[in-house]
Amino acid sequence: MDKRLPGLAEAVSGIKDGATVMIGGFGGSGNPIELVHALIDAGPKDLTVINNNAGNGKIGIAAMIDAGMVKKMICSFPKSSDPRAFTDRYMAGEIELELVPQGTLAERIRAGGAGIPAFYTPASYGTELAEGKPVAEFDGKHYVQERWLKADFALVKAELADTHGNLTYRMAGRNFSPLMAMAAETTIVQATKVLEPGGIDPEQVHTPGIFVNHIVEVAEPQQEEALIRAGAVYERA
Amino acid sequence: MSELKLSNAQIAWRAAQDIEDGAYVNLGIGFPEMVAQYTVEGRTPVFHTENGILNFGPAPAPGDEDWDLINAGKKAVTLKPGASFFHQADSFGIVRGGHLDVAILGALQVAQNGDLANWRVGNKGVPAVGGAMDLVHGAKRVAVLTDHVAKNGAPKLVEECSFPLTGVGCVTRVYTSLAVVDIEDGRFVLREKLAGMSMEELQSLTGAPLHVEGSVGELSVPEL
Repeated sequence: MDKRLPGLAEAVSGIKDGATVMIGGFGGSGNPIELVHALIDAGPKDLTVINNNAGNGKIGIAAMIDAGMVKKMICSFPKSSDPRAFTDRYMAGEIELELVPQGTLAERIRAGGAGIPAFYTPASYGTELAEGKPVAEFDGKHYVQERWLKADFALVKAELADTHGNLTYRMAGRNFSPLMAMAAETTIVQATKVLEPGGIDPEQVHTPGIFVNHIVEVAEPQQEEALIRAGAVYERA
Repeated sequence: MSELKLSNAQIAWRAAQDIEDGAYVNLGIGFPEMVAQYTVEGRTPVFHTENGILNFGPAPAPGDEDWDLINAGKKAVTLKPGASFFHQADSFGIVRGGHLDVAILGALQVAQNGDLANWRVGNKGVPAVGGAMDLVHGAKRVAVLTDHVAKNGAPKLVEECSFPLTGVGCVTRVYTSLAVVDIEDGRFVLREKLAGMSMEELQSLTGAPLHVEGSVGELSVPEL
């Protein structure tokens, strides 16, 4: 078994118009910026993108939005230090937004990967984000029914991978990635280093390889935050 | 003569006095983050951030930032000995599952029944909620730090919130620039007030009745 692919372009080539794509990361931490930029080069349209945020600056998800690839964002916090890309399209009515409380977003993705179609959470009860959703009372408290979230693809940034797809993440770069890897039909990973099986101590594996389909080694990944501070711009090659 | 009210730093200091040694604490983005600076000497609370860290510390020196090591406000942080990382679903399991001792948030309005409005003023612009609607549920204590009145002078402690709600009946204590107020049985109960402020004046700046049970303490904080 060897889940490696030779390059980023091959890794994202299966993502077609209309696909739903989960993208790991919280702000810049754990954001698979090289995979996102490869996807911009590939250029599928009408994508639904699931991420905690909605892009920052002129790179990554913001550059996808600028390139007109994104039909809908599902996120908790579509604001950032430079949210222009999403804000402009949203105010012009050119992009849909499904706003989800952050813990609900995480749990919906987890449920999607775990085969649980719906669950109840106290978050958003009595607020406008609960409108239209079933409510139930358990032990005297009210809870809102939320549904699982699944995707056609997940793009994930790992620190270490082995060729079977076992992964470790770097520090708080883990965030949504283990959940997204479970919830997507096809999970595509960029890893800083790809090892032979046995290269990662089984006790240290964060995501078991069963959740991973493709791996590309990106030996010196860029950090979204550093790029934004440098004023970087990404446009299709 | 200085205006008779606490600065944000002083409100944060007062809130920090109620954080016990060993407490697990989530501080909301912005103003509530200041509470960490005033941790009482000899106490070691553990701070939680929604993006998956327990026991993070202050910002690193400029130039030492690691952008995989950030808090929920996307600011660079450091780690203390005994820190841990976990994924976002576990992180919100910590929140909703009742494992935090204290969550401290900012507020636009707090109602006497504990309703909180802190995420959106109206329906203009891009809405963004983050973890606020989750954070108000589950912690043993949900505290709010706020000026007692808004910039336009309107009370922020009200009978009923007019701004969009973040959560229903969730706030347990409010630390304001003038007072410390608990929410009990659908009412504001005054616990402390500034010595120089009369009951009548404080009530006139509050949008719902302030109840008194027993004695009202003096809200006393150092110059900061």
